[in-house]
Amino acid sequence: MTEATGPPSGSVPSGSVPVRAARTRRYTEDQVPLGAVVLRTTAGLAVLVVFLLPYLIMFFGSVKTKAQIRSVDPTYFPVEWHWENYLDMWSTPETPLVQNLVSTLVISVCATLLVLAVALPAAYYTARFRFPGRYIFLFLVIVTQMMQPAVLTSGLFREFLAVGLLDTWAAMILVNAAFNLSFAVWIMHSFFAGIPKEVDEAAQLDGAGTFTVLTRINLPLVWPGVVTAIVFTFVASWNEFAASLVLLSTAGNQPLSVALTKFVGQYETSWHYVFGVSVVAIVPVVLLFLAIEKRLVGGLTAGSLK
Amino acid sequence: MRAFLRALPWIGPALALIVLVVLFPIGLMIGNSTRDISQSGIDRGGVGLANYAEVFAFPYFWPIVGRTLVWVVVVVGLTVVISLALAQLLDKAFPGRRFVRMAVVVPWAASVVMTTLVVHYGLEPYFGIINAFLVDVGLIDRPEGFGWTRNPGTAFAWAIVVAVFVSLPFTTYTILAGLQTVPGDTVEAARIDGAGPVRAYFGVILPQLRSALAVAVLINIINVFNSLPILRVMTGSIPGYDADTVMTMIFKYLQNQHRIDLASALSVVAFVLVVVIVGVYLRVVRPLEEV
Repeated sequence: MTEATGPPSGSVPSGSVPVRAARTRRYTEDQVPLGAVVLRTTAGLAVLVVFLLPYLIMFFGSVKTKAQIRSVDPTYFPVEWHWENYLDMWSTPETPLVQNLVSTLVISVCATLLVLAVALPAAYYTARFRFPGRYIFLFLVIVTQMMQPAVLTSGLFREFLAVGLLDTWAAMILVNAAFNLSFAVWIMHSFFAGIPKEVDEAAQLDGAGTFTVLTRINLPLVWPGVVTAIVFTFVASWNEFAASLVLLSTAGNQPLSVALTKFVGQYETSWHYVFGVSVVAIVPVVLLFLAIEKRLVGGLTAGSLK
Repeated sequence: MRAFLRALPWIGPALALIVLVVLFPIGLMIGNSTRDISQSGIDRGGVGLANYAEVFAFPYFWPIVGRTLVWVVVVVGLTVVISLALAQLLDKAFPGRRFVRMAVVVPWAASVVMTTLVVHYGLEPYFGIINAFLVDVGLIDRPEGFGWTRNPGTAFAWAIVVAVFVSLPFTTYTILAGLQTVPGDTVEAARIDGAGPVRAYFGVILPQLRSALAVAVLINIINVFNSLPILRVMTGSIPGYDADTVMTMIFKYLQNQHRIDLASALSVVAFVLVVVIVGVYLRVVRPLEEV
C-alpha cells in the first residue's frame, strides 16, 4: 500500500537501482526502488514514535518534580532530571506501593507456576493419547478461551466469599491461572502434536516410562511453546485488573494495576510517582514480550490459521 | 472408561481448575441473578426474573447497550483497518524494521491501566501534555483545556482512541502471521498479469487473510466488549451514566451500589449480548467461508 503513493523518486524504473536487494523477501520485487525504501523507513519511524510516545511521556514525567509536572506551562522534556523520585515514590500516602508490588509479583509468579503444573501434563496427554472425553475436554478449553474474568466477577465474588478466599492472594492466583489455562494448553498442545510419535516410541522401547518420555524427550522439543505460555500467563496476570478490583479489598493485597487507579481524581495527583511506578512495572514485562517477539508472529495463532 | 481413568491424573487438575473457577462461577452467577441478595450479601430468597426487570427498567439501560455496540464496532473496526496497513508495512523489508516491530509490541505488554493513566494525565487542563500539545499546534485555543476527561462525550471518544491503540499490537501480529501464509507466487502471478500493487492487495492478498482476520476480529470483539480499565480510568470519575458500557455498569452495580443480584443479572445479559454480536458478525460477514 505504501508504494502506491510513492514520491516521484520512486518512479525510477523498477530494477535499475539495486538497493538493498538482499533485504527484500517473498513477494516484494527482487529489487526495491530507493524511493520505496525511503518511504517505508519514514513510515516505520513514524509508527515507532507513535507506539512509544505514551511510554516516553511516562518516563519523562517520572523524573519531573511535582511542581514541574503540574505546572500550568508544561514542558515536554524534564527541565531537571529527578532520579530520586524512583526512591521517594514508594512511600507515597495514597497506597502502600511496596506491598502492591509484592502482591503483583506473588500473584503473577504463583499463577504462572500453577498454569504450568496443570497445563503441561494436560497438553501432553491430549496431544499424544486418544481417550473417551478427550474432545469434551478440548472443547471446554476452547470455551474457556472465550471467557474473561470481567464478565464473571460477580460469580467469582460469591464463590470466593462462600469458601472464605475473598481478599486473598490465593483467589487471584486461581483466577489468573484458570483464565490463562486455555491458551497455555492450546499452544503447548500444538507443539506436542508437532513431535513425531516415533520419537516417543523409540524412547519407550528403550524402557522409558510416560513421565520420563515427557520430561526428558519431549520437554526440550516443546520448550519454545512452554516459554510462550509462561510469558503470556505472567504478563496477563501482571496486568490483570477487573477481578482484582472486586476480589481484593485490602489496599496492601491489591496489585499495582488496581492501586494506581486510586491516584485519579485526587485533589493533587502525584503523577510523577504514578509514572515512576508504571515505568518500573512496564519495563520487565516488555522485556519478556520482546524475548518471544519472533514467536508472536507464528506461534501465537498456532493451529488456528492454516 | 479405564482409558479415561488413566487420562485423569494428566488432565484432572486442568479440568478441576476450569470447572471450579470458570464453569461453577457461571452457574452461581446465573443462580444469583434470580435471587434477592442484600447489600451485606445475605440471600433473601428467589425473585424469579425481577432482577432482570429492574436492570431493563433502568432509564439508562438502552443508551448503555447502544453505547456498548458503538464501543465494540468502532474500536474493532478502526483497529482492524489500521492493523491491516501496519501489518503491510511491517511485512515489507526496510532498514530498522526490527525496531519498529519491537515498538509495536510495547502497548501489548504494558498494563492497559498504566497506558490509559498517561493519556488521562495528558488530557488534564493546563498541565496535561497532550492538551498542551494541542494548544501548541493550534488545534484548540484554550490552555485551560477542553475538559476532555470531564465531559462524557469527549472522555468516551478518547477512551476509544486508547482502546484502538492497545488493540493494535495483537491484531497487527495476527495479520502478520496471516501474511506469512500468503504464497509469494500468487502475488507474483497477479503482478505478471498486470495488476498494480493496490489491485494485487485487494484482489489477491486480502482474500487470503480471511482466516487471520476472522481470528483477530473474534478475539478483539470479546476483548473490547469485556474491557473495563480504559473506561474506568477515562470516564469513571464522571457522575451519571452517560459514558457507561454494559461492562462499566456491571462494576457500578457491584462496587457503588453493592447490588450483586443486579450485577449478576446484567452479567448474564452481557454474556448473551457478546454471543449475539459474535453471531451477527459470523452471519453478516461470513468470515470463515471460502471465497
